[in-house]
Amino acid sequence: MHPVLKIILQRLALGLVTLFVVSIVIFTAVNMLPGDFAQAILGQGATPEAVDAIRRDLGLDQPPVTRYLQWLSGALQGDLGNSFAQANFASFVGADSGVRTTVAQQIAPRFENTMFLAGVTAAIAVPFAVTLGILAALYRNSVFDKAANIGTLTSISSPEFFVAYILILFLAVLNPMLPSLSNIYEGMPFSERLEKTLLPALTLTLVVTAHMMRMTRAAILNLMASPYIEMARLKGVKPIRVIVRHALPNALAPIINVVALNLAYLITGVVVVEVVFVYPGIGQLFVDSVKIRDIPVVQACCLIFAAAYILLNLTADILSIVSNPRLRHPK
Amino acid sequence: MTDYLVEMRGIHIEGRTDETWMPIIKGVDLTLKRGEVMGLIGESGAGKSTLGLAAMGFCRDGVRISGGSVKFDGIDLLAASAEKKRQLLGKRIAYVAQSAAASFNPAHQLIDQHTEAPVQHGVMSRTESEADAVRLYEKLRLPRPKEIGFRYPHQVSGGQLQRAMTAMAMSCRPDLIIFDEPTTALDVTTQIEVLAAIREIVDEFDTAAIYITHDLAVVAQMADRVKVLLKGDEVEENETREMLSNPQQDYTKSLWAVREFKRPAKPAPATDATPVVSVQGVTAAYGKVDVLHDVSFDIHQGRTVAVVGESGSGKSTTARVITGLLPPRLGQIELDGEALPLDYRKRSKDQLRQVQMIYQMADTALNPRKTIGEIIGRPVEFYGGLKGRAKRDRVAELLEEIELPAKQYLDRLPSELSGGQKQRIGIARALAAEPKFIICDEVTSALDQLVAEGILRLLARLQDNLKLSYMFITHDLATVRSIADEVVVMKDGEVVEQGPKPEMFQPPHHPYTDLLLSSVPEMDPDWLTNLLHERGVENIGDAAMQKMD
Amino acid sequence: MSAWLWIVALLAGSLAVGWLGRFAAQKATGNKPVYRDMPLAVAFGYALGVALLALAVWYYFQPTVQETGVANAGVMFFRWAVHGFFGFAVAAWLFRLLGRSLGTAASRKLFRQMPLTAAFGILVIIIYAVTAIFAGLLAPHGQAEVFAQANIVPGGNPALGGNPDFPLGTDQIGRDILSRLIYGAQNTVGIAFATTLIAFFLGGSLGFLAATLRGWMDQLLSRAVDVLMAIPSLIFSLLLITVASAWVSGFGLTVAMVLIIAVIDSTRVFRLARAVGMNIVVMDYIEAAKLRGEGLPYLIFKEILPNATAPLLAEFGLRFCFVFLTISALSFLGLGIQPPLADWGTMVKDLSAFINYAGFAPLAASVPLLAAGAIALLTVAVNFVVDWMLQRSSGLKE
Repeated sequence: MHPVLKIILQRLALGLVTLFVVSIVIFTAVNMLPGDFAQAILGQGATPEAVDAIRRDLGLDQPPVTRYLQWLSGALQGDLGNSFAQANFASFVGADSGVRTTVAQQIAPRFENTMFLAGVTAAIAVPFAVTLGILAALYRNSVFDKAANIGTLTSISSPEFFVAYILILFLAVLNPMLPSLSNIYEGMPFSERLEKTLLPALTLTLVVTAHMMRMTRAAILNLMASPYIEMARLKGVKPIRVIVRHALPNALAPIINVVALNLAYLITGVVVVEVVFVYPGIGQLFVDSVKIRDIPVVQACCLIFAAAYILLNLTADILSIVSNPRLRHPK
Repeated sequence: MTDYLVEMRGIHIEGRTDETWMPIIKGVDLTLKRGEVMGLIGESGAGKSTLGLAAMGFCRDGVRISGGSVKFDGIDLLAASAEKKRQLLGKRIAYVAQSAAASFNPAHQLIDQHTEAPVQHGVMSRTESEADAVRLYEKLRLPRPKEIGFRYPHQVSGGQLQRAMTAMAMSCRPDLIIFDEPTTALDVTTQIEVLAAIREIVDEFDTAAIYITHDLAVVAQMADRVKVLLKGDEVEENETREMLSNPQQDYTKSLWAVREFKRPAKPAPATDATPVVSVQGVTAAYGKVDVLHDVSFDIHQGRTVAVVGESGSGKSTTARVITGLLPPRLGQIELDGEALPLDYRKRSKDQLRQVQMIYQMADTALNPRKTIGEIIGRPVEFYGGLKGRAKRDRVAELLEEIELPAKQYLDRLPSELSGGQKQRIGIARALAAEPKFIICDEVTSALDQLVAEGILRLLARLQDNLKLSYMFITHDLATVRSIADEVVVMKDGEVVEQGPKPEMFQPPHHPYTDLLLSSVPEMDPDWLTNLLHERGVENIGDAAMQKMD
Repeated sequence: MSAWLWIVALLAGSLAVGWLGRFAAQKATGNKPVYRDMPLAVAFGYALGVALLALAVWYYFQPTVQETGVANAGVMFFRWAVHGFFGFAVAAWLFRLLGRSLGTAASRKLFRQMPLTAAFGILVIIIYAVTAIFAGLLAPHGQAEVFAQANIVPGGNPALGGNPDFPLGTDQIGRDILSRLIYGAQNTVGIAFATTLIAFFLGGSLGFLAATLRGWMDQLLSRAVDVLMAIPSLIFSLLLITVASAWVSGFGLTVAMVLIIAVIDSTRVFRLARAVGMNIVVMDYIEAAKLRGEGLPYLIFKEILPNATAPLLAEFGLRFCFVFLTISALSFLGLGIQPPLADWGTMVKDLSAFINYAGFAPLAASVPLLAAGAIALLTVAVNFVVDWMLQRSSGLKE
């Protein structure tokens, strides 16, 4: 077997094991809830039948290992259990009240929305940040580089909601260019949906770009200091060719790494930003569920976030293995 | 109108440290005729590489040429536009870097990198250049010249890469090549092949070259003329033979004299004397791979055993076994006839005290956050139990012993000392334990020759005064000549040959010892020529090794 | 759409001006190397920079009140930002000047080499520390004190609905906003600081232990940390806070949050401490100490720790920022520091609706931004100082 394939399979297996252990951690955490939790959810006035129903739903009458296996096998088949939510969330439009909704039903549309937001953000942020990072590295210690350094440090330091409100202030309130509320619903025309997603996406872009640009700059600087770049210049190779032919193939791995790491960072950012813009995504669902202690939803969201995080890191790992000539062409 | 190929006048170069510009080169002239090879020699920090790059009109980041002029074939390189300079580089002026492994782009095959300059400069087409590459590879005696170009740099060994880089520099048949310490990172037996290859090809195409090195013996083989630099100033310049036989300046004379330090031979130890340290049948492994096979030798009181070998021969591993850091799989270590516990954790305080070590890199051997007084004082206190005044006095005594005035140095940090001074502190720390036996692991290889000689003289004096035994690990045979009483030659984890020094430097030898000894460059300018003649041209380096196996 | 047209025009104009400028400079200076070898991209960059600067100056001098009599809030905000920027720059410059002429020789030398950004950072950190420590003396009112009048407009001008007793007005249930901002320094910064300390103690000691001992202990700890780090920290803390909220509430929940974040963050500290420790452990001076027969405590406290302080201090700054932002985010989501403690994240959440009135009441809209800005300012300051420290330590190595 080709050694690269072997390493990739090893990483994949490791990723799966990590995900498995993470699911145990999440499950265990949720099981640290006090025994009369069902009572607590429903309040003092709850009938014993209702309390029992929730207990059964949570499976509190069964031993933890059985419960975990049931939950896991359900999760693998896409069944994440029933939501506790008796009423709809204020921001959630379209689902009917009174009827028990499954977690999967709640999550599916919001997951799609969040992916849309993340996609728009990535589409703006990645090319922007990588270009700026390369420019800052090439014109190191110039005015541009110094300004970029201060700008990105400031951006990294600002909480997401600060960036969000500043953007709202200037782009929505003072100059009404973009809507400040992202009330997205199913069947919305694409252009309108894009318009409503733009402000949260810009906020995330600003936050992510700073990190991504700094890391790209560091990676390129590291690279440009290497002897083979000096060698290329001493061979009289044209500056543009030095970059395209000598720097870029080697820069690919670090840049991919930077991009993937920062997309993983989006996962955390998305929670706050969705709340600010009332964007009906999985982050907001998560926060709402935490507030009303809708445990099955919290558990499921947690697992999805962790899975996305692991997957992105894994992708970064694998892509940088594939782009490494030493591994691709073994001795 | 001049007939110089390179004409550098009054060159001043500055480097930036902490926002201020410090001079690196202080007004040096350099002229080179067509087809001539100039050797640039000097210790680290002399500015050799900087000057070499300046001959190409090139400065590294944070370095600038602040004065003087550089003319290449009548073209003023400092006034030329970036584009004009670019057209000269690679085509008429080429560069061979110190580390070929780092200077080849890991993402491309050798042939792609070889053909880049000729194709880009429009000298040859890609096909022509590929065919030419094979011819050059053949000339440089690279194995399988037709295929080696299609390898990636990490698939080719260091010595071969260095020759491939020389081929690459030759690809446009330049008028001038700058060689920047091309063999410094190589083992001696590999160095020979590269030196021979470079000399041959430079002769054949009548290329002018600037050959930068810190090794006098190497420069003696390669250069027609030699220029000696010291801290950015020129010391002197002359024809190679003239320079070697008749140096004018004190600094040059002292450089030459380093090679002459030799200790008088000691009488052989009594045959029934118990050795201080005895290594007996040691086989040791990292993980499951054996790296030492049945290594045995003795070290007697007041004597120095030099353990010689190339990188990977198991010299340092032997030291780790003796100190107990790596318990061997088989065999044992005796101290004064008594077996030492194999693991250092099981040794008594007194046993630990008897065996001390001095390290190659003084930078990592001294805790940068401790003052000299603390560094030397700790073993004094730990083993001798001295405190307060008594400890301070003992530390001062030790500092006097290593020829550093105690008053000035007690409260300094290692970062405030020079490389040689740091190494002396390392010696004082070992002495503080009052040991019988000291392991010196390449203690001089990171130092400039003059400083290294001082350290060797100090070690010799200490040995005579304190009756110390040394195990001296080194790859440098010049060091062996000057300090050793006995020599142990190692290769691939085995002892190839051992014996008293006078015998070891007399034939007949084990073939490996022979190869190793004969590969060490000598100051004689004809040495390489003679050696190649002796070995037969096709019988150098790789080939010799293969024959031997 | 016209905004996009303007942007394109600006870029194209800059390109043209850049090319012309370079051409003119080449002619005027007789082809000086600086201009001769300047790529077009650089010329474009200069032109664009100058254009943006000119635009900013032009915008700064726009009238603050429109002809219709309505305040031009955008200009006002912009002017405040510019004043803030230059105010801090001047303050930092003066502070650095002070540092250069007072104190010991060592501290003076430190200030001489200090970039302005780092001086700014240190100054801001000092201001925050003083505010946090003396919050009780500085604040005109108590942090939980409720006054009769809610939603008093900031500015203190009675004609406009303000009250001089409450210069920044009162919030939706009638608490003095200025006092709460000041107490916020104590609570938010204090809690974040405590959390970071705990995280450091936990992660640092375990990390060094793992680096020194190696073996199964290191394996166990490292694998556990790997798993914990595979869950995004904000998500994991939200999950654990949900669980904790079923057990405790109010102040107890705040304590629980501190512990939860400390534990989650200690995994990052562990990684760094272990890596730093590993780098030091392989040094020859550690080997020398081991071969001398030194014990574990001596190795850790006398040989390893003194060499780890610089990277650890820098990491402490970065960790503090991270913890501070996490706690603020949690508070903003309503799950962090619990009332009645005043806290900036919570204030931003409570007052955020005012931003929508920015068009006609810029002062009111500025209050939530002030709280959010207070968070940002401290993190910027710490980051600047850490950046400087890292550059210094990397410069020393060379």
